[in-house]
Amino acid sequence: MTDNPFGAVQPGVFPTILTETHADESTQPFWDAAKQDRLVAPRCTNCGTFRLPPEGFCFECQDREVEWVELPGTGTIFSRIIVRHPLHPGLAPVVPYVVGVVELDGTQGAGARMLVNIIDCDPETIAIGDRVEIAFEHVNEEMSVPRFRPTERQG
Amino acid sequence: MTIKDQAAVVGIGRTPYWKRGQSYPETEMSMACTAILAALDDAGLTVTDIDGFAIYAHACDPATVAATLGIPEVRYAASITSGGGGSAGALGLAASAIAGGMATCCVTLMSLQQLTRRLGGSAVDGMLAYATMSEGGGSAYGRGGLPPSVAFTANNGVLSPGHGFSLITARHMHLYGTRREAFAEVCISQRSNAAKRPMSLQREPLTLDDYFDARMVSDPLCLLDYTMESDGAVAVVTVSADRAKDLKQPPAYIMSSAHGGSGRWGPAIFRYCQTPDEEFASSGHRPVARRLYEMAGVGPEDVDVALLYDHFSPLVVLQLEDYGFCPIGEGGPFVEDGNIRFGTGKIPVNTHGGNLSDSYIIGMTHIVEAVEQLRGTAVNQVENAEIALVTGGPASLPVSGTLLRR
Repeated sequence: MTDNPFGAVQPGVFPTILTETHADESTQPFWDAAKQDRLVAPRCTNCGTFRLPPEGFCFECQDREVEWVELPGTGTIFSRIIVRHPLHPGLAPVVPYVVGVVELDGTQGAGARMLVNIIDCDPETIAIGDRVEIAFEHVNEEMSVPRFRPTERQG
Repeated sequence: MTIKDQAAVVGIGRTPYWKRGQSYPETEMSMACTAILAALDDAGLTVTDIDGFAIYAHACDPATVAATLGIPEVRYAASITSGGGGSAGALGLAASAIAGGMATCCVTLMSLQQLTRRLGGSAVDGMLAYATMSEGGGSAYGRGGLPPSVAFTANNGVLSPGHGFSLITARHMHLYGTRREAFAEVCISQRSNAAKRPMSLQREPLTLDDYFDARMVSDPLCLLDYTMESDGAVAVVTVSADRAKDLKQPPAYIMSSAHGGSGRWGPAIFRYCQTPDEEFASSGHRPVARRLYEMAGVGPEDVDVALLYDHFSPLVVLQLEDYGFCPIGEGGPFVEDGNIRFGTGKIPVNTHGGNLSDSYIIGMTHIVEAVEQLRGTAVNQVENAEIALVTGGPASLPVSGTLLRR
């Protein structure tokens, strides 16, 4: 296993290949919150539109000011794929893994979505419309990688 | 004033097509020059006639080609931004340069060789290179490291165009009930078209069983949904409509051309996920299609043959919707009902076999096929073809389309 350039990999979890956040003031609050297992997203102060990944301008009103809003960290799968072919031999123990676009709860129909690895799931049954929740992997002082996993059923 | 009917494609030329990596000892430059000379010869022109390069995806360095071939003077050298999405649109660039008086004879080309350089490379570096290649969008000058947005996508496992287009496909299947049988029909119909062409790279028959036996790569896409990768070069030459009349071949007039797309499509699924749902599950071509028909003054019912960029088979289905050959969401049943078959279908699609079965020269073979259809010299000739649609992309913005007529 030590020969694997991706390190100690596990099935279904895409290895962390970027361990630095390359953050600036437009993204640092996201990574600060991630360290504490909290999901926050920037919302336009002027018109209320969320934007992820964070960008410097609102695509609805071009305003630059944002407020950082804490979200529940849950969402619904909007689209998903099952990666079955490893693009590198080092990914052979990782496939199949699932990648999905997740629509985030609490973004009020403003359409904030994240494109993420969905872990702890059965790739054969996970489907569009399934409920998921965020799970951060704390890689180092700087980087906590956001992934999602199926929401634990209540009761 | 528009570019409508002001210019025509008068020459087409190509090298042989090779499986990826097998064109050695040719080089991208030698293949580009070979294709250009062949296109000039086809038109009855010489290198002294060329004064413009209207390209896409930075297909070649016009400076080097001009010096190598001895082109006396270059008056126009422009490329559509981004990648293969600009292929069909590069003809519009040529037409606009000619209509605007900036050039008189433009070459559009692609030359492709993958010997050692390929996505992948060393594992982590290669992955990172892919994960970050759509980032930034800046110039070659003054790029200072990775942009902040990179950390939001680099670790999510989306590593290739196939992954991105699978996400679009999965959403389309969810919304409209589109079936893999439709994607199979795209592959099978195009393979049967390529089967009759000696120059096509994949000619062995393909059955529905073959399709469903193929290994899944990026579920819902299987190996056969992916384009092959090829080496080779293709060039075409465009001049004014007036001049075209006196040359060797029947002109293929550029009725209209458009490139671009909705701003919210942007870099598409690779980085940006906030595209509205009705656009997310599309090919991104709808705004281009609207402008294309408007400028030409025709509609989808007037198109005799469609050469639709097919890096991934489902995106053919989505383009059929976006170009109005069937209603949005009905592309699957439309294809499954046999409507894209050469000889029997309502709108024959990729009569040359497309990227999937003919060769993958990033859209240029689609342009050549359109021209041959309008000349009446195609191997799978659509009877009395008068108007051909060619597209480039789906991809990050811009995607493109061109309508040609005889």
